[in-house]
Amino acid sequence: MKKERKFPKIIIIGLCLIFLYFPLLVMSVFSFNDAKSLSNFKGFSLRWYESLFNNQQLLQAIYVSVSIAILATIIATILGTITAIALSKSKRIIKTAVIQVNNLPIMNPEIVTAISLMIFFSFLKIEKGYLTMLLAHIAFCTPYVITNVYPKVQQLDENLADAAMDLGATPFYTLIKVIIPQIMPGIRAGALLSFTMSFDDFIISYFVSGNGVENISIVVYNMSKRMNPSIYALSTIVLAVIMIVLLLGTFIPYILLKKREGELNEKIS
Amino acid sequence: MKQYRKLVTPYCLWLFVLTIIPMLLIFFYAITAKGTEITTFEFTFDNFLKFFDPIFVSVLIKSLILGIITTLICFIIGYPVAYMIAKCKESTQNILILLITIPTWINLLMRIYAWSNILSNNGLINTFLNYLGFESITMMYTDFAVVIGMVYCFLPFMILPIHTSLTSMDPSLVEASMDLGASRVRSFFKVTFPLSLSGVLTGIIMVFLPAISEFVIPKMLGGGQYSLIGNFIENQFITVGNWHFGSAVSMILAVIVIVMMACLYRIEKRTNIADDDGGRGNEKRKKIS
Repeated sequence: MKKERKFPKIIIIGLCLIFLYFPLLVMSVFSFNDAKSLSNFKGFSLRWYESLFNNQQLLQAIYVSVSIAILATIIATILGTITAIALSKSKRIIKTAVIQVNNLPIMNPEIVTAISLMIFFSFLKIEKGYLTMLLAHIAFCTPYVITNVYPKVQQLDENLADAAMDLGATPFYTLIKVIIPQIMPGIRAGALLSFTMSFDDFIISYFVSGNGVENISIVVYNMSKRMNPSIYALSTIVLAVIMIVLLLGTFIPYILLKKREGELNEKIS
Repeated sequence: MKQYRKLVTPYCLWLFVLTIIPMLLIFFYAITAKGTEITTFEFTFDNFLKFFDPIFVSVLIKSLILGIITTLICFIIGYPVAYMIAKCKESTQNILILLITIPTWINLLMRIYAWSNILSNNGLINTFLNYLGFESITMMYTDFAVVIGMVYCFLPFMILPIHTSLTSMDPSLVEASMDLGASRVRSFFKVTFPLSLSGVLTGIIMVFLPAISEFVIPKMLGGGQYSLIGNFIENQFITVGNWHFGSAVSMILAVIVIVMMACLYRIEKRTNIADDDGGRGNEKRKKIS
């Protein structure tokens, strides 16, 4: 009955992966090109990596992207987690209202959110720059943290928290020791999502920043008219970092697990 | 746990200041003309009347058509891929899904930048064609380039939900249908496909809606003249400086997208039999209901 033909499967998935990875591969290969051309490979060199590390504008942009992503993730995760916990105990009207408004930045096209924030900042005459970018990033990351954490909070067993407090734990201590550990998977997913969204964001940053504060996306956008293989070098580094983190994240737990199993087996025998 | 009830207040304030007020400001700008100070505002509905301007209508229609084409291509490529992945061993599936998600973690601008160099007149494809003795093809700054860029960026968001709905399906249903004499093809169309519809709908939401409001991809691959509704809005704000008309267009876009999303979610809920894809972190634009 089960005649699994492997051939079409490999071809279809393979073609899709080639399509998805082709540009990334081109980027990585040509970042080592000796010439400025992006179609002729003239020989191996690291000159674009060198020019990347001498390019003050790009270095500054990397600093802005990373620092904003870290700050926005931390603030959004704390704010979102606290809100999700509080929300599950709030009155019905407040709960519905907050969740509906919270969905607005998720459902709205990004450009509309960007424009609304830009109008808002200029209306209040707040000078556009690092602070406005950070506020905007927190504003669009927090809803995603809440949508990730809230379902986990709803599954919580309330009695555990109540028991902890009956036994004399302060609400803060209960929060840290009892509630947060139980909803950690949701918090982690929300934080990861916030970080990647903030790090990759272009549209919102583009509209709310100014005064020379640029993140990586804005620099790439402004450079797109001219050819600059330094961007390729930068993307190759980002790709390599992601790959390494993923490999470590996938394989280290696996290796640790195997090791622990081995130790257990030894102890038993 | 009632002690934590008050902790909702800071976020309520935050939402009010950084979500509700900005949206109200867009509305306010849309129904006024001239002036940036409160005292000099003039109320008008002219901004909305401008929608019937043929230029704007053509931009809107072009955005919708490109969105539909992108979604269709993503579906045609994405469904077989998701289906094939769902047929693999579970450990292989995890690796493949990871491989599909990785490109979405690389900066969108960088990926589009790479495409612009692949497609350009003296880019990789044309160099290869010349090498084989063919003439160069102009690909940059055409609809073709924009569609390629969009399909490239949104394809993972079609594959992932379809794959989720396919794997959460009970495999014994297909076996039952085949035991009862249905052919492989027939049981696919009568059993598997209808059961995966909720994933398809999520995929459509996650591809079509961002595609119609996209403005980076058309700008980088379509050139400065290329105008979709997103570029139109950017133009009004950055180049033309007509914030009032720009706000009105943004409002229309927001209404179109939110209404469509609400409708699709309603349909999805009705078709959704196996609903267990909640909390998938990598489905970026996922909304929780």
